Amino acid sequence: MSDTIASTDAAATAGPRKGSLLVLDKRTRKRNAAEARFRLMGQIAVTIGVLALVGLLTSILMNGLSSFRQTYIQVSVYLDPAKLDKNGNRNLEDIAKVTTFGYAPLLKKALADKMAKEGISIEGLSEKDAAALISKEAPADLRRYVLAHPTSIGKTVSFNLLASGRIDGYYKGRVTMESAKLDRNVSPQQLMLADKLKADGVLTTRFNWEFFTAPDASDTRPEAAGLGVAILGSAYMMLVVLVLSLPLGVAASIYLEEFAPQNALTDLIEVNIANLAAVPSIVFGILGLAVFINFAGLPQSAPIVGGLVLTLMTLPTIIIATRAALKAVPPSIRDAALGVGASKMQSVFHHVLPLAMPGILTGTIIGLAQALGETAPLLLIGMVAFVREYPGAPPEGFFDPASALPVQVYNWTQRGDPAFVERASGAIIVLLVFLVLMNLIAIILRRRFERRW
Amino acid sequence: MNQMTEVEQKAVEMLNEPKIVARNVQVYYGDTHAIKDVDVDIPAQSVTAFIGPSGCGKSTFLRTLNRMNDTIDICRVEGDILIDGEDVYDPKVDPVQLRAKVGMVFQKPNPFPKSIYDNVAYGPRIHGLSRNKTELDEIVTSSLQKAGLWDEVKDRLDAPGTGLSGGQQQRLCIARAIAVNPEIILMDEPCSALDPIATAKVEELIDELRENYTIVIVTHSMQQAARVSQRTAFFHLGVLVEEGPTEDIFTNPHDKRTQDYITGRFG
Repeated sequence: MSDTIASTDAAATAGPRKGSLLVLDKRTRKRNAAEARFRLMGQIAVTIGVLALVGLLTSILMNGLSSFRQTYIQVSVYLDPAKLDKNGNRNLEDIAKVTTFGYAPLLKKALADKMAKEGISIEGLSEKDAAALISKEAPADLRRYVLAHPTSIGKTVSFNLLASGRIDGYYKGRVTMESAKLDRNVSPQQLMLADKLKADGVLTTRFNWEFFTAPDASDTRPEAAGLGVAILGSAYMMLVVLVLSLPLGVAASIYLEEFAPQNALTDLIEVNIANLAAVPSIVFGILGLAVFINFAGLPQSAPIVGGLVLTLMTLPTIIIATRAALKAVPPSIRDAALGVGASKMQSVFHHVLPLAMPGILTGTIIGLAQALGETAPLLLIGMVAFVREYPGAPPEGFFDPASALPVQVYNWTQRGDPAFVERASGAIIVLLVFLVLMNLIAIILRRRFERRW
Repeated sequence: MNQMTEVEQKAVEMLNEPKIVARNVQVYYGDTHAIKDVDVDIPAQSVTAFIGPSGCGKSTFLRTLNRMNDTIDICRVEGDILIDGEDVYDPKVDPVQLRAKVGMVFQKPNPFPKSIYDNVAYGPRIHGLSRNKTELDEIVTSSLQKAGLWDEVKDRLDAPGTGLSGGQQQRLCIARAIAVNPEIILMDEPCSALDPIATAKVEELIDELRENYTIVIVTHSMQQAARVSQRTAFFHLGVLVEEGPTEDIFTNPHDKRTQDYITGRFG
C-alpha cells in the first residue's frame, strides 16, 4: 500500500506523463496479468464447484432413480374359505385369527396354477422356490385386503403383488445370473422363471407409487419400504416449525430492530443470537431430549418434539434474516410515517414490515429448508425408530410416533440388503425435490412482494 | 374605523403572539453539544427560513420542533419550546399527537411505496379524520389541490407515488403533510433534490400555503430564503447568530458572520 502511494507521489513529482498510449508500460502489463490470473482462478473455482455438484447429482440419480419403478407379479388368488374362514360364518374376529402365514399357501398355489396354465416349468425349481418370487410382504397385503373386504372370501381375485427384492433387482441390473449363483436368497432358476413370467406379461415393471405412500419395511423386505411415514412426519414438523418460528422470529426481530434501546443487554442478546446460529445441531437435539422429553414429558419420536427442536434451530436464522430485511428498509420511510403522526407501531406495521416482507419470507423458507434436511437432532429425540404406523391427523398426530425424510435416508443406509442403497438414494432425490420446491417458492414470493421505492 | 371590535383586537393579539417560542434550547448528541442557547420566536401564518452552512444545526433544531429527534437514542434536548404557549417537551405531551399538529416535509422526497391516493389518505386514516369514503376522498382531493398536484395526478390516483417525478413526489409529500390538517409545517431542505423548475413550483406552493399554515423551512440556498421567507434566522456552529425580517438579514446584517455568509465568503 505504502508502495503505491510512494510511486504515485514519484510520478506526480516527475512531471507530465510521457510515452505512447499504444505501448503498455510495465506497470499496466503487471496489473493486467494480475487481473487475468484472478479471473482464471475464479473460473477454476466455479468449475470445480459445478463438477462436484454434477458428480454428486449424477451418482444420486443413477442410484436412486430406479427406486421410482418397481416389479410386480399379477396373479389371481382363490381366497379359499376352508383356509381363511374355517367356521364359515364370515365373522371378522374369526377371520382375523388367520395370521399372515396362513395366506402364504394361497399365493403359492395361485402362482403354481398360473404357471401350469401358461405351461411354464423350470427344471429343479420347487413350488416353494417359485413362490419366493413374490415378496414376503404380499401375504400381509393379501390379509389386509381380506380383512377390509370379508365378502370376497370364496371368490377369485386378481392381485398385483410385489416381486421380491432380488427379482426386482434383476430388472434393475443389481442382480445377475452370475451373482445369483453365489446368492442364498435367489437362484438362477428363479431368475429364469421371472424372465418367462415377464415374457407372458405376468411380471411387469411400473411406476412405484407405494414408494411415496407406504411405510418403512423390515430388513428383508426392501421392495416394500416406502417414505409415507417419513414424508408425513417431515410435513408435520415443518408445520410446527413454521407456526412457531415465523411469528416468534419476526416479533423478536421487530422488537430488537425497531423498539429495543441500544444497550449492553441488547448487545449481549444480539451476540448470542448470532452464536446460536452457529451451534451444532446435535446440541439442539440434546437440549430437546433434556427439556421436551425428559422434563416436559412429551412423547419420543413425535413430530411435535422434532418440530420444537427444529424451531429452536431455525429461530436464529429467521431472526438474522428478518433483521437484515428490516435494516434494508430506508429510514426515510420511517421518518415519513412518523412525520404524519403515525405511532412507532403504525410506522412499523403499515410501512416497514410490508417492505421487509420479501426478505423475511426468503429467510424463513431458507430456515425451513435447513430444518427439513436436519438429521442429527432428530436421532437424539428418537425419530430414528422403526415406525410402520402412520401418525394420525393433526393435532393428535403431532404426538404420534413418526419418522422424517433425512432420518429415513440415514436409516436405510444402515441396512444390509443392497436394495436399500437404491431406496436411500431415492429418498435423497425426494428430499432434494422438496428443497428445490421450497427454494422456488422463496424466489416466487420474493418476486411477488418486491416493491420499488 | 376608530374603534376595533373585540374580535379584531383578539386577531391582532393572536398575530402578535408568536406561534412557536424557543428559549434557551440546547441539543446534545451524546457528548456533542449540537445546538447552543437558541432563542427564537416564529410568528404564525408566515414563512421563517433557517439558513447556515452544512452541519450548523439548523436541521437539528427544526427536528426538535416536532420531536423527530426522539427517534435518536443519544439525542437530548434542554430548554423550552412552546407551541401556542404549550411546552412540547412536557412529559404529558404525546409526540404522535404533536406531529399531527406539526407536519414535516423531508429533504429527499419520501412517498410511501403505495398509490398516490393512499399516500395522502394515510394520515387522515390513522387519525380518524374522516367518517366515510366520501369524506376521505374530499380530504385527498383538497390536499392535492392545495399542493398544486391535483391536475397532474387526478387521472391516476391509483398509480404508485414512487412513479412520479422528483418535484411531483415532493409536492405529494407536502399534500400528505397537509392532509392531516396541521397548524405548522416544517420543511427540511425541501428543494435540495429538485431541479430549478420543480423548485420554482414548490416555492410558489410554499408562498400560497403561508395563508393557512405556519411554515418553517431549512434551506441551503440564500436565494430561496430571500424568495420565500418573511423572516430569516442564520445559524452557525450550533448558535443562532442573527434572526430578523428577511430583508434586514440580507440587506443590512448586524453580525460580521452573517455578512460573510450571505456575501459568500464562507459556507
